[in-house]
Amino acid sequence: MTGHLKSWPIVLALSILSAPLVLMYAYLFIDTFTNAPPGSFIPNEFTLEHWTFLWHTPPGRLSIWRVTLNSLMFATSTATLVVVVSSMAGYVLSRLNVPARGFFLAGVMVLHAFPAITLIVAIFLVLQIVGLYNTLIGVILVKAAIDMPLGIWLMKGFYDTVPWEIEMAGIQDGASRFTVWRKLVLPQVKPGIFALGLFAFLLGWGEFILPQVLAPSGNAQVLSVYLAALIADDNNFDMALFKSVGLFYIAPVLILFFFFQSYLMNIYGGGTKG
Amino acid sequence: MRILLDKFSKSFGDVRVIEDMTLEIKDGEMLALLGPSGCGKSTTLFAICGIHKVTGGRILFGDRDMTGVPSQERNVGVVFQSYALYPHMTVAENIAFPLRIRKLPEAEVKRQMEEMANLVHIEALLDRRPAELSGGQQQRVALARALVRRPNVLLLDEPLANLDAKLRLEMRSEIRRIQLETGITAILVTHDQVEAMSMCDRIAIMNAGEIIQIATPQEMYRNPRTAFVAGFLGNPPIAFIEAEARGGMLAVKDADIRLPMPANATTPPDGTPVIVGIRPENLGRDGDAPIRGRISFVETQGRENLYDLTLANGSVLRSIQRESDDVSLNDEVEWRVRSDQLFLFAQNGERL
Ligand SMILES: Nc1ncnc2c1ncn2[C@@H]1O[C@H](COP(=O)(O)OP(=O)(O)OP(=O)(O)O)[C@@H](O)[C@H]1O
Ligand SMILES: [Mg+2]
Repeated sequence: MTGHLKSWPIVLALSILSAPLVLMYAYLFIDTFTNAPPGSFIPNEFTLEHWTFLWHTPPGRLSIWRVTLNSLMFATSTATLVVVVSSMAGYVLSRLNVPARGFFLAGVMVLHAFPAITLIVAIFLVLQIVGLYNTLIGVILVKAAIDMPLGIWLMKGFYDTVPWEIEMAGIQDGASRFTVWRKLVLPQVKPGIFALGLFAFLLGWGEFILPQVLAPSGNAQVLSVYLAALIADDNNFDMALFKSVGLFYIAPVLILFFFFQSYLMNIYGGGTKG
Repeated sequence: MRILLDKFSKSFGDVRVIEDMTLEIKDGEMLALLGPSGCGKSTTLFAICGIHKVTGGRILFGDRDMTGVPSQERNVGVVFQSYALYPHMTVAENIAFPLRIRKLPEAEVKRQMEEMANLVHIEALLDRRPAELSGGQQQRVALARALVRRPNVLLLDEPLANLDAKLRLEMRSEIRRIQLETGITAILVTHDQVEAMSMCDRIAIMNAGEIIQIATPQEMYRNPRTAFVAGFLGNPPIAFIEAEARGGMLAVKDADIRLPMPANATTPPDGTPVIVGIRPENLGRDGDAPIRGRISFVETQGRENLYDLTLANGSVLRSIQRESDDVSLNDEVEWRVRSDQLFLFAQNGERL
């Protein structure tokens, strides 16, 4: 980075501006492993007591591992559903001559722009009637349905860039339309599938309102709901515990970003290389 | 395999692209579909391979009616203009794809794939991906992939359009060599008359969805059926001048030039306006009918010079001659035409 002397004022300004954020994160991290004397912010002892929730389940709460597993299942299932359906629907909308194609495209667009939260009461009723209220499957279906329009549009965009001749060549080579899609077209949109899967997973992992309303208690609780329950619990409110669970909750997200950041950058940089 | 288009028609909605076209391609023959842009060449090709459904008529492969048969079962090899190689597969996988689709045993796939790679000379490139190949190499891979399953017919849609001039020359003879070696029936779509003449057994010349003439390249060049055909073949192109039949001679309009009636033309009645076509190689120092004019353009092509000769009435003739220094721009000259090589057309373009 030599020779970039002019950039130091910018770096300085950015550092000063982002310092509070960095400090907050650092403090969050330190705070979960230490105790501070009353009235002070400076920690004076190292402790693991705030992390005891990992191996000790207080009465009346679900085990943290059970909740984590729920979150994981919720996020992976919605991501899988979204990816599978979007990768097919996107292809159909991009390539096949389906009746009312324009209507579907516009419809998907409207659905995407539609604030799904306004439907929550109706969804709540529907889930209760079909008996999926307070179940993981119920929220998974709802979440996947809400994320799908975005996924379909994203995948349609990726399919649109695949040359038409490749498919025709595949057909001439004797492959069925389905084989052409799976063996020839799908590999060209792999970056899209991957990005969509990752986003859908992160969206699912971070989702709070839907599980909170549709699966608030019982065995279907996910991490975000668990966390919210901690604050709401007036009897034994524990700030440090809340912070620890919070850190535990965002750790997978940070890890994912750490591993895939270069990949995601590449996609946003227009790098849709097959 | 013999291919027959029997009164084939194709329209897109209201747009009638091709109507009642009948075309036969003989077994083992390479036929060029030659015509200007938008005349329906690709449409014809796509109808043969099944990408487009025909709106009328029949398509026969041998004796089998293929009109309603889906693309996958027609066994047609297509080389697209953009080659359409599968970017995520290696060259070997690209060529083997049609065989794997047929679920041939792996040993057989490998054997046929290698045989085909040898035929098109790409043995050394089998592990590369298409992005790591030059244009000419990609072209060879596309050919190999189209030929590997021994198709009934090979269709080539402007296969040379994306190559540079030198490579085009090379691939021209390569494609012809491969076609002759495999003995496959092939249709080449092109709008380049040189390609059509040099690569194919016969040329079908098309205009606005109609076949104007089908003949061997020599026959078509020597004996064009219409002014359109005459104008399409030959480089530099033929020049046309307006004239009138008068007393068994052709009087060039508004100029003091008389040309004898070509022997092979039917003599039109006196006063009939006609169009005379003169190819550049038939206007020069030797010949039997003199033509006077002014040299309005000289182009040196190395071995030969190309001249534009402007007549008294303003029309322009072209002449190609051995390179020489004795005439220059704006000189008045009297050159000669070989009258037996003239073409005579009626006003509507039909040959007389
Ligand atoms: N899908 C379509 N819908 C409507 N019209 C079409 C369609 N495809 C082709 N056409 C029309 O059919 C005519 C012939 O098209 P075609 O592609 O066969 O031309 P071509 O001879 O291959 O020309 P080029 O040399 O430019 O490739 C054109 O006028 C074109 O506008
Ligand atoms: Mg075309």
